Amino acid sequence: MIEFQLDTASGVATYLQLVQQVHDALRLGLLEPGDQLPTAQQVVIKLAINPNTVLKAYRDLEREGLVRARPGQGTFITRSLPGTDPGTQARFLAAMTDWLLSARAEGLGPDDIEAIYRTAVRSCFAEGVA
Amino acid sequence: MTAVLEANGLGKRYGRRWALRDCTISIPGGRVVGLVGPNGAGKTTLLHLAVGLLAATSGTIEVLGGCPAGSPAQLARVGFVAQQTPTYAGLSVSQHLRLGAWLNANWDAELAKRRIKQFGLDPNERAGKLSGGQRAQLALTLAIAKRPELLLLDEPVASLDPLARREFLQGLMEVVAGHGTSVLLSSHLIADLERVCDHLVVLAASRVQVTGDVDALLASHYRLSGPRRDPAALPANQEVIQESHTDKQSTFLVRTTDPILDPAWTIRPVTMDDLVLAYMSQPPGTKNASHPGLEVIR
Repeated sequence: MIEFQLDTASGVATYLQLVQQVHDALRLGLLEPGDQLPTAQQVVIKLAINPNTVLKAYRDLEREGLVRARPGQGTFITRSLPGTDPGTQARFLAAMTDWLLSARAEGLGPDDIEAIYRTAVRSCFAEGVA
Repeated sequence: MTAVLEANGLGKRYGRRWALRDCTISIPGGRVVGLVGPNGAGKTTLLHLAVGLLAATSGTIEVLGGCPAGSPAQLARVGFVAQQTPTYAGLSVSQHLRLGAWLNANWDAELAKRRIKQFGLDPNERAGKLSGGQRAQLALTLAIAKRPELLLLDEPVASLDPLARREFLQGLMEVVAGHGTSVLLSSHLIADLERVCDHLVVLAASRVQVTGDVDALLASHYRLSGPRRDPAALPANQEVIQESHTDKQSTFLVRTTDPILDPAWTIRPVTMDDLVLAYMSQPPGTKNASHPGLEVIR
């Protein structure tokens, strides 16, 4: 069972925060198929949020095919997110570290690098989006 | 979904002053509705009209399809906690519960007892000796244990410390999750409303400024900033809610359901805080109060 947290200063809609926390838990292996999510009632009591918000998050997860609600029992994880293979992750981390070191050697600071990164991500993944 | 509260041209006048006027809203069931506005905006007046403590000067109001306080059956369907969460100072906690059981046909004694225990209230303590937070919990328990379909709360957390406030809202949300009760609560603490409300009614200067589902409202408002521009030069489908200008720059809070295509703008999403403050600070009687685009979104 995972426990949800809420970051009220983040500006991210509450239900999206819940969805993202399930995604993160799946990527990190904290949640696996068969695991149960907290009931709406449990989340509501812990975070003092609207139950409809929890249900909306769970509906979103269900639409993604990640969880299934079993009436009277609760909401269960049905599949994990296709995580990246650890070897691949390590390889890209090493390549990225090399790249960052060379950027730093050229006098770029974290802000410059982040701006470059954001631009690159946008142009890389924005295809097909007007 | 049927409306739990439907007001049409509702108004209440005290002498020459309108405490609430031209209030036309329709609140869908199963929601937790935040009623926000500055002091004196008409929040308490609207709630008192809804429970039948006040009679309308003009217009109509229906609650759960009936006339407020029109019959004993109607009274049983609505729970109300007034401002300052009043209780009988001389009666003990358990006497309050007995009173509740006598006065309400659908009294849920189990629920009442469980809540009293959950919040650590001593059944023999007089209500006058309780802390503000405990008294609020007692008042909410009385309103909840009658098992209403609609719960109306007037500034329930305003006088509570942050911990008591959190506990109160947790208890309230537990009831909503468990019984599907509809809730209308007034508050000026937007941070609390942000957590619990999924529907919003903003009152200012005795009028409804905006109402709708929170998600839909947040998704249809944007903050635009860019080179200075006359609001009249904005596309017709962008309604300006708030604007500010320097000699070089303009910032607008606009409402639109269409994408904003102008590349000159930096576009930011709005928070509930931005939204409420923008509508609250609109000058009274502006076009928006009766704008057709600002009615309930379902």
